[in-house]
Amino acid sequence: MGRPKLEVRGLRYVAGGTEILTGVDALVPDGEVTAVVGPSGAGKSTLLRAINRLIEPTSGEVYLDGQPTRSLDPLELRRRVGMVFQIPALFGGSVEEAVLYGACLSGKDADLGRLLEMVELDVSLAGRDPQALSVGQQQRVSIARTLALEPEALLLDEPTSALDEAARRRIEELVRDLNTRLGLTMVFVSHDLAQVERVADRVVVLAEGRSKGTWDREDFFSNAGERARRFIAGRL
Amino acid sequence: MEGLQTVGSALLTLGLVAVAVALSLYERLDLEKDIGVAVVRSFVQLAAIGYVIDFIFGLDNLGLVALLLAGMVLFAAWTSARRAERVPRAFLMAAVAVGVAAVATMGVLLTLRIVPPTARYLIPLGGMVIGNSMNAASLTMTRLRDDVAEQRPKVEAALALGATSRQAVAPILRTALQSALIPLIDATKTTGIIFLPGAMVGMIIAGADPLEAVRLQIVVLYMLLGSVSIAAIMVGTLSYRSLFTPRHQLRTAPPER
Repeated sequence: MGRPKLEVRGLRYVAGGTEILTGVDALVPDGEVTAVVGPSGAGKSTLLRAINRLIEPTSGEVYLDGQPTRSLDPLELRRRVGMVFQIPALFGGSVEEAVLYGACLSGKDADLGRLLEMVELDVSLAGRDPQALSVGQQQRVSIARTLALEPEALLLDEPTSALDEAARRRIEELVRDLNTRLGLTMVFVSHDLAQVERVADRVVVLAEGRSKGTWDREDFFSNAGERARRFIAGRL
Repeated sequence: MEGLQTVGSALLTLGLVAVAVALSLYERLDLEKDIGVAVVRSFVQLAAIGYVIDFIFGLDNLGLVALLLAGMVLFAAWTSARRAERVPRAFLMAAVAVGVAAVATMGVLLTLRIVPPTARYLIPLGGMVIGNSMNAASLTMTRLRDDVAEQRPKVEAALALGATSRQAVAPILRTALQSALIPLIDATKTTGIIFLPGAMVGMIIAGADPLEAVRLQIVVLYMLLGSVSIAAIMVGTLSYRSLFTPRHQLRTAPPER
């Protein structure tokens, strides 16, 4: 395992009197795809939001390259650790505006053609209304707009849950491809074990707001990980 | 002047309200209770304010005028905050916005000597400024709260792309302010063509020169346009902040885990 890009230590999050994360420890190695799996309600989405501080952890730490994220400006942190959501939620009247939204805010020069090519969208779509695209295409636009900020790591919150099987496979291939081409570190939330086997290098299991261990993919999908897999499958 | 002078004739207009209540009962609109409360409250409140204004006119003390207007601002803020439930610190924000709008417009009217500094002008004009600003503040806060909740995925996506809370909420804030201000702007645009404003109608019925009534009405319209815009923009700028933390995070918890 390489050095950790992200490290989560003793993370807790309490909202409205409910403890949603009760103690999460996890390592996300640099340049690898780490899947976070667990039954729904386990706190997977909350964990991602706590990593880029869309929500403020109640206690515990998240380190980015060994530096506590509490010491970073949240806006800078979110540009360095991008996030892709379940629902694309695109802005602007054209694909071009949608892709360049974040880059424009931070005054970054972004190459629209290259970004669209990276997510395998045709440049001729640049002027189209993003709402007129298929949901799968919209999700690729939302990945492109995150890549426009040249993030060091990418958090993906069940990015294929709104997609059909074909579109889901294309996003999975895109994730593997971006990881290979850019060496991008990724955290991929999923509740689909077959998908995790196709996408992830490592697996973090989360249940009831607590981390239940970390496996290499090979171990997780061999006899060694059988109990963990049964545990998740039994709760799905 | 003939007619309309007795309490009896005012009561006769209640016949129309009775028709409304009958219709509500017949059509099961469930409005009869609200109509009843509105009739009783408006009667009691107008009668009370009539005596208060009469009393203050008699004293002609500007300090008392200011006190009465301040009381109106607090009552307006309370009403507005009740509309905008679940908006943190709504009372304070509405009080500041309506208060600033009232002070600014009354200040301009007085320093430029557009109206004389007497209770006869300041109380009714101040009441109009405060009432209209209150409506704009309520509309802005409720619309902002509802749209931020409804468009949460977009707001979060913008924040995740490094937008500040101001940048993330900008399109929603724009819509909220437009929805609060457009009714007044359109009413101002169509004044005299589609409807005749109440104050002007009142003056003309009371026997004033129509041109004099128009002059006052123009003052009123511009005053309202200015004060309502000030109140809405102030409450909008204050209340979007209350929906976010200083670290550009939405205050309400996300819907799923």
